[in-house]
Amino acid sequence: MRKLLAYDFLGLLAGISVLYGALLPTSCFLSAAPAPPPNARVLINGAGATFPYPIYSKWFDEYHKAHSDVEINYQSIGSGGGIRQLLSGTVDFGASDMPLTDEQLGQFKFKVLHFPTVLGAVVPTYHIEGVTQELNITPEALAGIYLGKITKWNDPALTGPNPGVKLPSADIVVVHRSEGSGTTYVWTDYLSKVSEEWKNKVGRNASVNWPVGLGGKGNEGVSGTIKMTPNAIGYVELIYAVQNKLSYGRMKNSAGAFVKADLASVTAAAAATASAMPDDFRVSITNAPGKDAYPISSFTWLLIPQTIPDAAKREIITGMLRWMLTDGQNMVESLDYARLAKPVVEKELKLIPTIK
Amino acid sequence: MSSSAVIADSAARSGPPGRGAAFLRRLRSGDQIAHVLVLVFAASIFLVTVLLFFELFKGSALPRHKFGFLFFATRVWDPVAEQFGALPFIYGTLVTSILALVIAVPLGVGAAIFLSELAPPRFSDNLTFVIELLAAVPSVIYGLLGIFVLVPLLRAYVMPFLQKSLGFLPIFKGPIYGVSFFAAGVVLAIMVVPYIISVSREVLLAVPADQREAALGLGATRWEATWQVVVPYARIGIFGSIFLSLARALGETMAVTMVIGNDPKINASLFAPGYSIAAVIANEFTEATGDLYVQALIELGLVLFLLTIVINGLARLLILVTTQKGTAHE
Repeated sequence: MRKLLAYDFLGLLAGISVLYGALLPTSCFLSAAPAPPPNARVLINGAGATFPYPIYSKWFDEYHKAHSDVEINYQSIGSGGGIRQLLSGTVDFGASDMPLTDEQLGQFKFKVLHFPTVLGAVVPTYHIEGVTQELNITPEALAGIYLGKITKWNDPALTGPNPGVKLPSADIVVVHRSEGSGTTYVWTDYLSKVSEEWKNKVGRNASVNWPVGLGGKGNEGVSGTIKMTPNAIGYVELIYAVQNKLSYGRMKNSAGAFVKADLASVTAAAAATASAMPDDFRVSITNAPGKDAYPISSFTWLLIPQTIPDAAKREIITGMLRWMLTDGQNMVESLDYARLAKPVVEKELKLIPTIK
Repeated sequence: MSSSAVIADSAARSGPPGRGAAFLRRLRSGDQIAHVLVLVFAASIFLVTVLLFFELFKGSALPRHKFGFLFFATRVWDPVAEQFGALPFIYGTLVTSILALVIAVPLGVGAAIFLSELAPPRFSDNLTFVIELLAAVPSVIYGLLGIFVLVPLLRAYVMPFLQKSLGFLPIFKGPIYGVSFFAAGVVLAIMVVPYIISVSREVLLAVPADQREAALGLGATRWEATWQVVVPYARIGIFGSIFLSLARALGETMAVTMVIGNDPKINASLFAPGYSIAAVIANEFTEATGDLYVQALIELGLVLFLLTIVINGLARLLILVTTQKGTAHE
């Protein structure tokens, strides 16, 4: 048997060398082939956040219709994955639901620009037996529930802002997202701003060490768990709540008003922070000032390298950005995203020419 | 194999002279080519396993150095503070898989015995076709059925019943949420039962008829012949089906994450929510940022890989031990 094995490898080697011989002339021919014809399609690759995927795919599709020589391939693999792929240079642009930290930016060999594209919001949704009204929820009550300190629905922190609603003395079942997500980032970012204890104990991230609660996978997992579990509370994206006709609560904003999330109140949150917008657009707009602002709102960003050596790609990416921020904004509301406020767009348009 | 190949084969074994010629002759007859080809296929499987281990090991350097063996022993999983411990996930993976087997093995083996020994052949064949269809259902479907049908049923009827009747046991204590180790174990059991039935039935059918006839001839009843002769004879194949389903249960991701509650805590109660290794990797990998976080997830992959190897090793050992003690083997 041993001897046979030796022959096997001999045979294998022979096979490989024959294959090589056959392939070599072809590869020579390929490398000698002329450059692609001038009217070839340009393929741009992007990857990242799942939250803006519906609008991005619509945008890239519309853009392709108008410019048939441009094809944009966007993979919604998650913000973290998008950042990693941009870092390793396998995509031309990334997309993220959370701004990069200084530490993350330091890992890049090139400068990365943040471009806010649309706005989203996260809403508290619940299932309480015998309650059909929309609840008013204060930041203190929300943080208390998610910290595991408020455990009954008839806690004074919940009954106080909801006169006329009969809240049961049932235990609250807390639900959160099980997988890392930009939605969780916005939610925990908000809780970190309104509760010192949350900030110190849990913090903000795409996934955190939850003090209490069950994890549901995706918006559908969270809403499914809430629907199936009496006396549960959780959070989902506004778009998901609107499209699936879930009822959700009004949040008390920093001006003291109870505001229901909708496209107008989310855009108001962005407008309220526009004057304080930093030059790199890395800004959290949770707990925004203004009595119309919905407090759990956020931008989602495209991550574009500031230096794009390929002139053709650079021209397409900058052109596409300009289009997304101007004409493209007219399409977002049909998909239930909130559009960017004017001052933000103007500021972004000034940043585009710096891409070299 | 042609006769010339046989001659060539014996020539190749006989000694060095004429080896090359014999090799060429066999090459021409196609035998050697087929031999090389299948050897390469077999080697590639081995190579993939080694590469997998190597990549997982290399990819988890940071947390291995930072946490060492504490990674297996700590209960904290905190991506914000970058503290990572695998214990709750290992616990959840083992508990749900064992629970699945506890439910699925008696059910599956019993059904296989019925299908192979007692049921009319035509009925058995048709039912087996349906069972094999079950094995082809994607796991996300089981997960959806789990969360929307099974979990509410378990919460409303099964779990309160168990708590009322067996509530003194610590495994049935605590509040009932529905999503839990228990729900995950039940869904996994439903998923692996088709494997156990399908493989065990084939093995039982392959038991030679004279074994049965001999037992019956010695005056055994039908059931005695089945239970004391046929089943022990097919034991190794049945074990094989069980380990196949255990491997499936250990690595199952989608269906588990949808019903287990995704809470990395260790709790003696089966009614408490938990987490499994495969589920946390699938859940957190896409949005993980920071090298330590990503590599900690890769190390979890390594842990799952090692866990599977250890369990498979134990399984082999079990077969070895029982085979030596057994009488009906071969």
